[in-house]
Amino acid sequence: MSDPMEFLLWAKGPMFDWALAIFALGMLARIAEILMLGRKPNLAEPRGGEWGPGLRTIITRSVADPGTFQRAAFNVTVGWIWHLGFLVVLLLFIPHIELINSVLGLRWPGLPNPVVDAVSAVTIAALIASLVHRLTHPVKKRISTVEDYLVWTVTFLPLLTGYLAYHRMINPYPLALGLHILMVEIFLIVFPFTKLTHVFTTFIARWYNGATFGRKGVES
Amino acid sequence: MSELSLERGLAAFREEMDAPVAAFFSSCVHCGLCAQSCPFYVETGDPKYTPILKLEPFRLVWEQEFTLWGKIKGTLGLSKKVTDEMLAEWEELLYDSCTMCGRCSLVCPVGNDLQYMIRKAREGMVASGHAPEGLISAASRAVHTGSPMGLKWKTLEVQIKHVESSSGLAVPLDKEDADYLVLLSSMEIINFPEYLEAITRIFDHAGVSWTLSTACFEATNAGIQIGSKDIAAELVQRVVDAAVKLRVRNVISPECGHAYTALRWEGPNLIGKSYPFRVFHIIEVLDELRTSGRIKTEGREMDRLSMHDPCNLARKSGVIRQQRNLMDLVAGNFVDLKEHGKYQWCCGAGGGVSSNERAEELRMVAFKRKKAQIEEVEPERMVTMCATCRTQLEEGLEDFNMEVPVVGLTEMIADHLVEKKKPA
Amino acid sequence: MAAHKTAVSRTLGESLREHGVSRRGFLKFCAATASMMALPPTMAPAIAAALEKARRPSVIWLSFQECTGCTESLTRSHAPTVEDLILEVISLDYHHTLQAASGDAAERAREQAMEANHGDYLVVVDGSLPGPDSNPGYSTIAGISNLEMLKETLEGAKAVVAVGTCAAFGGLPHASPNPTGAVAVQDIVEDLPVINVSGCPPVPMVITGVLAHYLTFGELPELDQYNRPLAFFGQSIHDRCYRRPFYDKGLFAETFDDEGAKKGWCLYRLGCKGPSTYNACATTKWNAGTSWPIESGHPCLGCSEPDFWDAGGFYRALSIPNTNATGTLLAAGVTGAIVGGAAAALAKKQQKAEEDERQPVKIEELEQKL
Repeated sequence: MSDPMEFLLWAKGPMFDWALAIFALGMLARIAEILMLGRKPNLAEPRGGEWGPGLRTIITRSVADPGTFQRAAFNVTVGWIWHLGFLVVLLLFIPHIELINSVLGLRWPGLPNPVVDAVSAVTIAALIASLVHRLTHPVKKRISTVEDYLVWTVTFLPLLTGYLAYHRMINPYPLALGLHILMVEIFLIVFPFTKLTHVFTTFIARWYNGATFGRKGVES
Repeated sequence: MSELSLERGLAAFREEMDAPVAAFFSSCVHCGLCAQSCPFYVETGDPKYTPILKLEPFRLVWEQEFTLWGKIKGTLGLSKKVTDEMLAEWEELLYDSCTMCGRCSLVCPVGNDLQYMIRKAREGMVASGHAPEGLISAASRAVHTGSPMGLKWKTLEVQIKHVESSSGLAVPLDKEDADYLVLLSSMEIINFPEYLEAITRIFDHAGVSWTLSTACFEATNAGIQIGSKDIAAELVQRVVDAAVKLRVRNVISPECGHAYTALRWEGPNLIGKSYPFRVFHIIEVLDELRTSGRIKTEGREMDRLSMHDPCNLARKSGVIRQQRNLMDLVAGNFVDLKEHGKYQWCCGAGGGVSSNERAEELRMVAFKRKKAQIEEVEPERMVTMCATCRTQLEEGLEDFNMEVPVVGLTEMIADHLVEKKKPA
Repeated sequence: MAAHKTAVSRTLGESLREHGVSRRGFLKFCAATASMMALPPTMAPAIAAALEKARRPSVIWLSFQECTGCTESLTRSHAPTVEDLILEVISLDYHHTLQAASGDAAERAREQAMEANHGDYLVVVDGSLPGPDSNPGYSTIAGISNLEMLKETLEGAKAVVAVGTCAAFGGLPHASPNPTGAVAVQDIVEDLPVINVSGCPPVPMVITGVLAHYLTFGELPELDQYNRPLAFFGQSIHDRCYRRPFYDKGLFAETFDDEGAKKGWCLYRLGCKGPSTYNACATTKWNAGTSWPIESGHPCLGCSEPDFWDAGGFYRALSIPNTNATGTLLAAGVTGAIVGGAAAALAKKQQKAEEDERQPVKIEELEQKL
C-alpha cells in the first residue's frame, strides 16, 4: 500500500462501477430467469385469491411461528439480530445515506453515529455466533457448502472493515476506507452467483408461497 | 418396449421447472429451519432428512440448466452431474422420509414451498426408475384393477348389502343426475366399513341426492403418491368419466387426505381441462348441511376428545373450521392439540409412505411426533377424517401401548343423528 | 527582500541579532518550534544552540507549474513574523518572485550559488513539472524546460523540499485530464532525500518547522509514507477538528446557511474530506491562528492529499463514489434483464420442446422395475 489515496480513489472510482455493473447485471438476469419461467395455468377451482395472500405472506413469513421458534430459538433470534443490525448499519448510517442518495436519489433521516456503532458491534458478534452455529448444529453442518462459508465471509468483512474504518483502527484512513469499500465491492460481485440473491428473491418466493396456499384458502 | 432412464428423469426434472421453483432455489439460505418442522428429522435427529436436502438432485438441474452462473460453471467443467447413483441414494429421502405434509412449506423463512417441489421432484424419480417397490405395486394395482389394494367391486358389493340391511336404507348405484357422486377409498372400505353406512344414514336424514358409480368407486390416486402425472391423470380421468356419465353436479372425496388433493387441486391440471362438476371433501359437505340446518343431532360424546387434522385436508386445502364446527355438534369435551389446524404435525403415513413397506420402521419413528402431541393433551379418544391417518394413529398408539381409540368424524356425526320419526 | 551575497557569511544567530530579534524572542521561537515538532520542551535549548551557530544554508527555490500561492502563504505577513525571519536567515539565492534580479542575471545567480555551495544547498520546489514523456515546451524558464532545470539543479543539492501539493503530488496541473503531463517532484528525484510539504497552500508554520528541524539536526524529520513530516501530517483533520463532537453525535449541516450550519455542526454531508486528510490546519490554523476553512463554515477540501482535485467533488460527501453509478446501475440492470430474459426464454423454449416430445410414463415401464 504505497499510495493509500490512489487505492481509495480506485476503490471509489472504476472498481465501484465494475462491482455495481456485475451486481446489477447478475441480479437482473436472475430475476428475469425466474419470472420468465412463469407458471402453468391452474385449472382447479380456487378457494381464495392469490395477490392478497401473496403479499400478506411476504410480510408475515418474517416472523417464525411459535412452535418453530421454540425448537430453534437461537437460530431465529440470532438471525433476526444480525439481519436487523445489518440493515440498520447499512441504511441508517449517515455516510451510507449519502452514498445511497447519490446513486438512487433516495434520502431519509439517519441515526446518531454512536448508535450505529453500537449496533454494528452487536451485528458483528451475532454474525460470529451464526458462523459457530453453522459449524456445530447437525442440520446446518450437514447442508452447508463452501458457498455458505464464502458468503459468510464476504458479508462479515464489510462489517468488520467498516467498524475498523469508523474507529480509525487502520492507518492511514484512506487505506481503511478503501479496504471497506473494496470488501463491499467483493460482496456485490459475489452476490448474484450465490444465495445472496435471496435478498431479492425471497419476496418472490414468499409471494408464490402465499399465492399457492391462498388459492387453496390457507394463510401461509 | 421403452424403458425408464436417467435421461427421461432429467427431462422430467427440466419440465417441472417453473418460476416458483426458480425463486425457491434462489432464496434458500441453508438456515435449516425446515428440518425443525419435519417429523422425520425431529424424531430421528438425522440431518439427512432435512427437507431442502431431499431436493438436491432437482436443485442441481435447476442450477445447471436454468441459471447463467450454472451454465458458466458447466462450461468450466465445475458442475456436479446428477447420476443414477445419486438418484438411487435420494430415493429413500424423497419417498421413505417424506409424506409431502407441507409443514416445511409453512415454516421456511424465505417462503420456499418445499412440498410443491418434492411433488415435482418425484416426477423425475419415477421417470428415471427410482421409485419404491411398494408404490409401484400400488400404482400397478390401481391402474389394472381400479384400486391400489386390488379391491374389486364384488367386495364392495358385499359391504353395500350389509349397509342396506343394517340401516334399512338403499345405497343408490349409478343414479343419473344426482347431486353428489360419492367416492370411497379402498383403505376405508377394508378397515372402516362404518363410513359407508354413516354417509348412507346422514344423506338419508338430510335428504341428499347421491349415488355411487359402478364404473369408478376409488377416490385415491396412486399416481399422485408415486409422483407420476401420467398415471395420476389416468386415474383422475376415470372419476371424471364416471361423473360426466352420470351427470352429477358434485363429486365427494371420502375421509382421505391425498384423494382430496388429487381430485380437487391437481385433477383438472392433470387432464388439462376444468371439471363440469365441483369437488368437496365429505367434511365440507357435512358442514354445509349443518349450516343449512339439514343435520339435526342429539346428545354429545362427553369423554375428552381431541382431533388430528389430515395434512392434505387442513394445511394443504384449507378445510380447518369445518371439522371443528361438526365437533361442536357432537362433542361436549373437545380440546385441540396444541399445534393444530395448519400447524398440526403429520402422522407420518401420508404421501405414499404407508404404501412403502421399506419405510415402515421410519414411519413409526416419525409417528413419535404425533404421539408427543397427543400425550401433551391426554385425550381419551382421537377423532380424524382420513383412513390412512386413522390406520397410522391406531397402529402407532398400539405400538406404544397407548389406550387411545381413534374414531372417524363422519361416523360420530351419524351416531348422533336424530332419528326420523316414521309415519305411523 | 534584497538579494543576498551568495556566500554564507554570517551565522543565523548573528543575522537574527542584526535584525533586532531579542534573545528572549528567539528562545520563544525555538520553544514554539520544539512543541510544534512534538519534541520535548527540553529540546528548546538544543534548538536554540544549533540555530545560533547554524550557517545560513543556501536555498535555491525553483518555481515550475505553480500559482505562487505557496510563496504567498509562506511570506504573507502584516508584521514581521518568525516565518519571515527564518526565511530571512536562509540564504535564498534564487526565487522568481522574491529576487531582485531577472533574466540572465537571475539564472547566473542560480548557477553561481550551485557552484559555490556544491553538495550543500537545499532545493525547494513549488509547482509540478511536465514529466519526461511530455512536451517540455509546456513550461520553461529562460528557455530551459522545468525537467532539465530540476535535474541540473539537483546535481549538487543536499536535499529537496517539495512545497505545496503541486510539487508534492502533481496538484492542480496533474488533475484530469493532465494536459501537460505534469508529475510530482518525487517522481523525478532518485538519489536525494525528498521531503513533501503538501497543502494547497501549505500551512506556513510547517515549512519553517521543517527548516528549523533541518538546521538543528542536519537531517530531515520523521516522514510518513508520502514523505511528509509526521509532526504536521501525522494527524487527520478529523481527529483534531473542533466540530468532531457533532460528527460523533450525528449532527450535520445539510446545506450552507441552514440551522445546523449556523450552529457550527459537522460538515461531513457538505463534502468535508477531514477524515481522509492529514495536515495541521485544525491545530495550527491559518493567518497566525486566525481561523481555518472548517471554522469558517467550509468543508475541508483535502488539499494536502494526492489527487484531491479528482477525488470526487468538494461538495460530495466522502462516502459518495466518483462514478456515474446511477448510469452504470441502469445500464447493467437493463443488460442483465435482457441477457437473463433471453436465456430464460431459450430454456423455456427447450422445455416446451421437450414437453411436446415427452414419452408419458407407462405402468408397464414402472412394472419392469419390480
